Amino acid sequence: MNTALRFIALVMLAAILAACARETVEEPEAPEPPPPETPVEEPETERLDPRDFTDPRNLDNADSLLSERVIYFEFDRSNVRSQYRPIIEAHAEYLRANPSARVMLEGHADERGSREYNLGLGERRGNSVDELLRANNVPSRQLEVVSYGEERPVCRESNEDCWQRNRRVEIVYTAR
Amino acid sequence: MFSSARSHLSSFTTASLFLLAALLSMPAAAELRIEIVDGVEGAMPIAVAPFAWNSDMPEPEADIAGIVSADLHRSGLFDPMDESEMIDRPSDPTEVRFGTWRLLKVDHLVVGSVRDTTDGMGYEVEYHLLDVHSGRILLSQALTVGMGDLRFGAHRVADAVYEALLGVPGAFATRIAYVAVRGTGTEEEIFELVVADADGHNPQTVVRNSQPILSPTWSPDASKLAYVSFATGRSQVVVQDLYTGQNRVVSADRGINGAPAFSPDGRKLAVSLSRSGSPEIWVIDLESGRTEQLTHHWSINTEPAWSPDGERIYFTSDRAGRPQIYVMDADGRGDPERVTWEGRYNAHASIGLEERYLAVIYSEGDEDFRIAIHDRETDRLRVLSDGRLDESPSFAPNGSMVLYATRRAGKSELAAVSADGRVRQRLVLSEGDDVREPAWSPLIQ
Repeated sequence: MNTALRFIALVMLAAILAACARETVEEPEAPEPPPPETPVEEPETERLDPRDFTDPRNLDNADSLLSERVIYFEFDRSNVRSQYRPIIEAHAEYLRANPSARVMLEGHADERGSREYNLGLGERRGNSVDELLRANNVPSRQLEVVSYGEERPVCRESNEDCWQRNRRVEIVYTAR
Repeated sequence: MFSSARSHLSSFTTASLFLLAALLSMPAAAELRIEIVDGVEGAMPIAVAPFAWNSDMPEPEADIAGIVSADLHRSGLFDPMDESEMIDRPSDPTEVRFGTWRLLKVDHLVVGSVRDTTDGMGYEVEYHLLDVHSGRILLSQALTVGMGDLRFGAHRVADAVYEALLGVPGAFATRIAYVAVRGTGTEEEIFELVVADADGHNPQTVVRNSQPILSPTWSPDASKLAYVSFATGRSQVVVQDLYTGQNRVVSADRGINGAPAFSPDGRKLAVSLSRSGSPEIWVIDLESGRTEQLTHHWSINTEPAWSPDGERIYFTSDRAGRPQIYVMDADGRGDPERVTWEGRYNAHASIGLEERYLAVIYSEGDEDFRIAIHDRETDRLRVLSDGRLDESPSFAPNGSMVLYATRRAGKSELAAVSADGRVRQRLVLSEGDDVREPAWSPLIQ
């Protein structure tokens, strides 16, 4: 092989590498990709799949279940209702795929009754989510439960609408 | 003529000066004002004549007779005469013209005077309680207080009068601790642990933090407070010395560190810790730091409260499904016995004087949470408050009143109700902050 050919090959290789690098780096900042030649077939690799629960970008993607991080509970109950299971399973998948990620499961209660008992109730809710995540093979070192009881309400009126929003576990990523 | 019992309060004087010194760095907290909502019909008519000021020092603002009258009035059991209606102003039993006071329909009269102590370091307050009808002297005493403690001296006089006429010690010369929240729900939310005299005066901020503070509780000698802090983002139990200003984290385990309660001898702290997986009652030896687990049940076990003799611990548990009060031996042996059976929800027991009455948060369904008193002897429960979200009951050390937190127009404030439900007070903070988590101090010796 002569020198000229080698040179061309190297340049092409560099160009390909640069293109690949650009793809991954620029992707998050390119909400509108240039109109593709065939409008139907979008290249899958360039698009963020909201069902890819291993991708950290989906934590901030409103279309992805990973962006949902609050589980709500019934009064004096700590069982996770079935409609919240998919959210917990999505986070379990993420945590399995990202072993350095850490979450704090913040348990909360509504304002009714005793503050100390509500601390216990908040923890019990946090534990329910913790157990489900571990049942989905998330190592416990990635999880921590903390209860704030009724001390950190998101809503401050004394009615059921508000209480419902306060009886919750927040899945808070302390490391992604 | 009459015997004079002297009670020396020098130790208290020194202590309260230390308290001031320790807290001077904090700006003063807003003051609570106490309003009587309901008093007792047929409250005892009494007159407290202005005390003579026989001191070289300028007369301080603290008007002893006024403070004694206000204390007695606040109890709801006395109807003190307004000073402006008094015809005479005697300060010694020899000056009293009983006929005049009988015409004014007063049953009892308090007279007294203040003079400098011989060492010039404080005041001697002499006072007499007279039966207007018989003309007899019921009580003659003198007490010594430090320069800055005249208000507290006046509360002592009120305590003595209360006890002489009702046969129960007064609880006026006591303090209350509470949590004040400024800027509730805003970015600048600030939590303050405040200690004030039982009449709301002299509030001092002990701890200030941007994270929640809850469950303050007094040591039996009223020199320390234990409370739950979220200062680190997680719960921890802290013991704060009110005189030295020192504080010590006594529990910061994984999970919940909550619900502290000093044992009656002050050596131990019962707490609720979830380090074993669920909240259980533990006892921490404050000297050695050794911990011992008393309950072993997967349910929520919290809010321990010691019996006055330290033999038993009451606590809240939902082991039967819903929170109820249980009692166990303080060594944790044997099975806990369920105490409350009425209503779906009973929590946060505060133990009355003789362990007969427990003040609790009670709910019949899950609609309204009220303060109730459970009678251990009859097993009957009596609802005392009428709010929807009443919480944190705390018995006065003489068992006469229960202090608690309630809601009014979307704000939390304190209220007190007599153990028989007849007398009601509102404790309103002058600056309109949220006030909650009250704890009445023990009797201060």
